[in-house]
Amino acid sequence: MCRLKFQMAAPFLVLSLILSGCATTDNELATGGPSMNERDGASATDGSGIATRGARGAQPFQGTELQDPASPLAKRVVYFDFDSNVVKAEYMPILKAHGEYLATHPENQVAIEGHTDERGSREYNLALGERRAKAVQRILELNGAAKEQISTVSYGEEKPLDPGHTEAALTKNRRALIVYRQ
Amino acid sequence: MKLMRRLVVGLLMLLVATQVPAQLTIQITGGAEGALPIALIPFRVENGAADPPEEIITIIRDDLYRTGLLQPLSRKDLIAQPATLEEVRFQNWRALGVDNLVVGALASDPDGGYHGYQVSFELLDVYTASRLVGKRYRVQPTALRTLGHTISDTIFQSLFGRPGGFNTQIAYVEIERNAGQTVHKLVVADADGYNPQIILTSNAPIMSPAWSPDRQRIGYVSFENGRSEVYVQEVASGKRRTVASFDGINSAPAWSPQGNRLALTLSKDGNPEIYVLDLASANLRQITHNSSIDTEPVWTPNGQQIIFTSDRGGSPQIYRLPSAGGEAERLTFEGNYNARPALSPDGRLLALVHREDGKFKIAVLDLQTRLTRVLTDGPLDESPSFAPNGATLLYSSVRGGKSELATVSIYGRAHKRLGAFSNAVQEPTWSPL
Repeated sequence: MCRLKFQMAAPFLVLSLILSGCATTDNELATGGPSMNERDGASATDGSGIATRGARGAQPFQGTELQDPASPLAKRVVYFDFDSNVVKAEYMPILKAHGEYLATHPENQVAIEGHTDERGSREYNLALGERRAKAVQRILELNGAAKEQISTVSYGEEKPLDPGHTEAALTKNRRALIVYRQ
Repeated sequence: MKLMRRLVVGLLMLLVATQVPAQLTIQITGGAEGALPIALIPFRVENGAADPPEEIITIIRDDLYRTGLLQPLSRKDLIAQPATLEEVRFQNWRALGVDNLVVGALASDPDGGYHGYQVSFELLDVYTASRLVGKRYRVQPTALRTLGHTISDTIFQSLFGRPGGFNTQIAYVEIERNAGQTVHKLVVADADGYNPQIILTSNAPIMSPAWSPDRQRIGYVSFENGRSEVYVQEVASGKRRTVASFDGINSAPAWSPQGNRLALTLSKDGNPEIYVLDLASANLRQITHNSSIDTEPVWTPNGQQIIFTSDRGGSPQIYRLPSAGGEAERLTFEGNYNARPALSPDGRLLALVHREDGKFKIAVLDLQTRLTRVLTDGPLDESPSFAPNGATLLYSSVRGGKSELATVSIYGRAHKRLGAFSNAVQEPTWSPL
């Protein structure tokens, strides 16, 4: 029933339904009896207290890849060290996924925003933000994205994610962001 | 006649017969001397005059203190409150070690309408028991601040032989962070932070305001179109135009001394380089060619050279090259982060942001002696800008988690906060004379 329901709903509904809807079904199955709500699954009762029902099989993800929170494509931020535009190794799998995705989806485009923390001079940071954006751009291109799919923009230190002055705020602000164009 | 006087906004006009003896000029030779002690006596409010909305002497004291060249006596040390030369017992002030005295009075102005004042002041030399300068003004209460700065100018000029520039303005960027929305404002205010006027409001960041040499225009960077672009706005009319919107970074406008050209940072060819834009012809000339960051240009007073920040040596440092392009010479060697150069009006001193012990501080490099002096403590001091009198630096600072504007004298004395801001304030820049 869940499967059936999902198949009917799929054209209209998205991920959230799949995850939440069927998860509750599993819970109710564990505690359910003859009075089990019909919508929770195909069931058969014979009056002997025995109840059997079907369960859904594993579901392939039905949304677009970019919306899948489990995909590396859901990660779109690269963080940097102070005054550095070196992309750390931990971000390479993410950028590889984006590069390959762009290569297989030539209709998609991204803007890469480069940002810095507030330390140091603003104009120098504007240039540093551009370097960070371009460092990410190069890695995407190395992984198959076309030059035309990528634009870069630097905001320097002018658009902090966290306007605070703590070390934690500064760490969050030294970033490059991959923004998919709709 | 009365109407005409009012139209001229009540200032000055009266310049009553002033005896100006030979000007005493003090040569400032370095950072070693102490500031000159001066006694600033609160101006006497004559019978019949209403109390002024603010004390002129406080305005004058703040102006003069900020230069670091004068040390006003604290109010409790004022042993007497004379209002004219005739009332001064000079030997008492000599005993206090005071070099100069400023006295004055406010009287109601019979011709100036109900609230008008006549203000007189005298700058006295304690050792010769004489008047260096004395003036009288007719003024409306709304112009008292302006008058205070005018008197400060007169005192500074008389003592140091150069303009004080206290009646100039500053520009800065103010950021108002509300839930969900950030408003960026470009503000023009009096040099002491009073009378702020917003000349641009935007939801997008604004950066790097720069006054034209004639103070009629301000160049700045705006992100209103989703990326950095350079605009030039007329201060009086608010009219503006885009002067640089190439691909990549368009930033760091700096006016040539003649005001006909802008040095800019553009990354249109892939890397931030410094260009010179002729404003009339839109002719663009690239003057740096380097794979590193080149930015933050400033012109030398004669327009022959441009000083800028580059990380071509591995860390941000200050360099200088001919404004027509050519070989760059490195100027800073102390520390591994020197950026955001600002030149003193005479071109001798270079203020910069200098990192020391992980903190960003304002420092001054003497271009002749090559000595660097650190003037502030950090940790996030930025955007130094010289006062037109060359004695004071204006900069932005973060204290207690809040950003503020502050001044420090080039001798490292006379730290002072400027104004009181509820929002974040940054990138202050002092207008020319």
